[in-house]
Amino acid sequence: MTTPTKTKAAPLAELKGDLAVLKERFGDAVQPAEYEGVVIANDVLVEAARFIRDELGYRYLSSVTAVDYIQEGYFEVVYHAYRLEGGGPLVFKARTPRDVATVPSLVPVWPGADFQEREAWDLMGIRFAGHPNLKRILLWEGFYGHPLRKDWKEPYYEEEHKPFSSRWPSGHHIRAEDRVFWHDNVQYPLDWDPDQAEDTSDELLYIGMGQFARADTGERVEPKSLRTERLVVNMGPQHPSTHGVFRMVVTLDGETIVRLEPVMGYLHRNHEKIGERNMYLQNMPYTDRLDYICSMSNNLGYAIAVEKLLGIKPPERAEYLRVIMAEFTRIVNHLWAIGFLLNDLGAFFTPALYAIEERELILDLFEEASGSRMMCNYMRFGGVAHDVSDDWIARAKELVYNRLPRAIEELDRYLTHNELIKARCQGVGVLPPDLAVAYSTAGPVLRASGIPYDVRRAEPYSIYDRFDFDVAVRYNGDVYDRYLIRIDEMWQSLRILRQALDQIPKGEIQAGKKQYMIRVPAGQAYGRVENPKGELGFYIVSDGSPNPYRYHIRAPSFINLTALNEMCKGHKVADVVVILGSIDIVLGEVDR
Amino acid sequence: MIYGLGILKGLGVTLKHFIYSYIEDVRYLFEGGRYQPQHLPARQGPRARGVFTVQYPKEKLPLPENFRYIPFLVYDTQENKIKCTSCGICAKVCPPQCIWIVRGTDPQTGRPKPEPEAFYIDATICMSCGFCAEFCPFDAIKMDHDYELSAYERYESLLFDLPRLLKPDTYHAQIHPSDWARELAEKEAEKAKKGEKAAVRS
Repeated sequence: MTTPTKTKAAPLAELKGDLAVLKERFGDAVQPAEYEGVVIANDVLVEAARFIRDELGYRYLSSVTAVDYIQEGYFEVVYHAYRLEGGGPLVFKARTPRDVATVPSLVPVWPGADFQEREAWDLMGIRFAGHPNLKRILLWEGFYGHPLRKDWKEPYYEEEHKPFSSRWPSGHHIRAEDRVFWHDNVQYPLDWDPDQAEDTSDELLYIGMGQFARADTGERVEPKSLRTERLVVNMGPQHPSTHGVFRMVVTLDGETIVRLEPVMGYLHRNHEKIGERNMYLQNMPYTDRLDYICSMSNNLGYAIAVEKLLGIKPPERAEYLRVIMAEFTRIVNHLWAIGFLLNDLGAFFTPALYAIEERELILDLFEEASGSRMMCNYMRFGGVAHDVSDDWIARAKELVYNRLPRAIEELDRYLTHNELIKARCQGVGVLPPDLAVAYSTAGPVLRASGIPYDVRRAEPYSIYDRFDFDVAVRYNGDVYDRYLIRIDEMWQSLRILRQALDQIPKGEIQAGKKQYMIRVPAGQAYGRVENPKGELGFYIVSDGSPNPYRYHIRAPSFINLTALNEMCKGHKVADVVVILGSIDIVLGEVDR
Repeated sequence: MIYGLGILKGLGVTLKHFIYSYIEDVRYLFEGGRYQPQHLPARQGPRARGVFTVQYPKEKLPLPENFRYIPFLVYDTQENKIKCTSCGICAKVCPPQCIWIVRGTDPQTGRPKPEPEAFYIDATICMSCGFCAEFCPFDAIKMDHDYELSAYERYESLLFDLPRLLKPDTYHAQIHPSDWARELAEKEAEKAKKGEKAAVRS
């Protein structure tokens, strides 16, 4: 089990549909891949990507990630592109030998690939030729190694996969810190001398901040005698408006923002590496800690991705319970988002507390069903962990029919027509629809820009195809519309909840026997759900062993941040706070 | 539209909340004040109005049976033994791998015996996910309701060993009534089955 097994099957025999069109256009440069999609040769990758976007109509690049096939000796970069009209993905891949590790960047085609490619460089060590700003994103400059490579080992490294053999049958407790002699969780190269070390990451960052560049053309200008000088200002990592440890470096011209770069990774724990050491089921409680406000829907996304590989379906009652939990989570999240948006606007905590009061009642339901208010750990492969009582359903109905509509209406009355909120939000942080798609934004941010794209409708999962609901959409793309769309979505969630709570059947909640060590057939799956913050995707590569070979998360709030610079340009510092609040990020998910 | 009407309407909502908190106080005036245990369900329920807060630690919310916190080991008071058989499933399924078990051996034969020699749970690492209790085939490890675990020091006092982890099954029955009822029913069924078999044999 310690050496990674071969994950490869025979390539697909023939290509169908759009893949066949792609093959016809590019000939031998396009080869069928194993399991799904095609491998595109690096020299035509950018051209092929343009073709996929413009001719085939896959305008939305959802996910970019990389897999280290150490036995075969190459890295594979995997792209998932979607049509905005709905339907399945077009999966294409690029390969590069491990010692070369360079593929062309797709940022010129999809600016939304920016952060995702930086993440792949940071964690996997793949260079993206032509990327405008290829720096580390989650780790610091000068970090030793690229942790997601299969031959990289963490400081407290014990074994390749859990369960660790030291725990049983003779498991005398050893503290992880005592296992390494330097008692520290940092790794250094052998010839590294701390006295000689210099931290250059900030310098590197400030060079790129356009301090001496013209705003319109980007041309470099040396400051001369009595010219105005630009100022680089750090907001964060401890700034109260940054919703956690998050830092924004802004270049100011007077008080106007010329450029903004988010700096993140302060909460980075390499969730994906932990996930690859874990068994499949053990990842479930870890997904709670991604976006810790929406743990139920994180669970759902992961369960759906693994169920795709397993080829099982949960029983009816479990499906309904999953939808009920996911929609309650959406209401929880949007209440929280609106409350804290108002905090960012300066309405200190009164709206937030009114919103949290309702959230508290939903968390009570979560606690009774799953055992925990926030770290729910409720879904299992092929079902859910616990059944709920009739009393629970009755109380949920009471909330859905009486309490929550009144609360949302009150919130609406309280805030929507407030002139101060309108003055601060309307026309601020505008993201036009074409940019929203190009930057791969998802969820409320995308839909507030006039793109009615919702995974629940575009590629229905679980039993969402049975419910009657509308995809909320707003057209101005400013902060005010991103606020309004959250109210709209709560109403739609209530609609779904009413139907689900009325229709929920009696019966089993788990398909088959509950197992702690499942063997997942070899394969690749990308499971995605419409999380409250946007499209949450899990890309899983299985090699048939009890542990995932690759476990990647498409984190919506991380990718939504790609557009932050675009939204903030030309606004004032105080507006940045509001714009960030309107994207609604959770650092547990951004930093992973 | 008059400018400022939206703000006034919003302030009306705040005023309503403000007044409700007093109306609610008056409601509880002749029932011993609002901070009485018997009012908790109403104050925290879906029809609650007014102040929503609970005066912790004077007041504590009742915990649902499913609530899970750091696990404990069940001690069978009927048969006077630890229920755990040291099979190791909990140590294997534990996501952060915070359970350490020494399997017991019989000193005479040297063979493994179904009782743990040592059992550690590192509470600083435990994420209270509840997998150990969920997958234990012997109902020997259960999730606790005791969430007040703060200590003055983070190494020795938060590494729970066997004596610290053991709690009587009466405690388990008290905090998990329906789970306990299921266990009893299963025991009964097994006994009945055995009795049947014995009857067939004789």
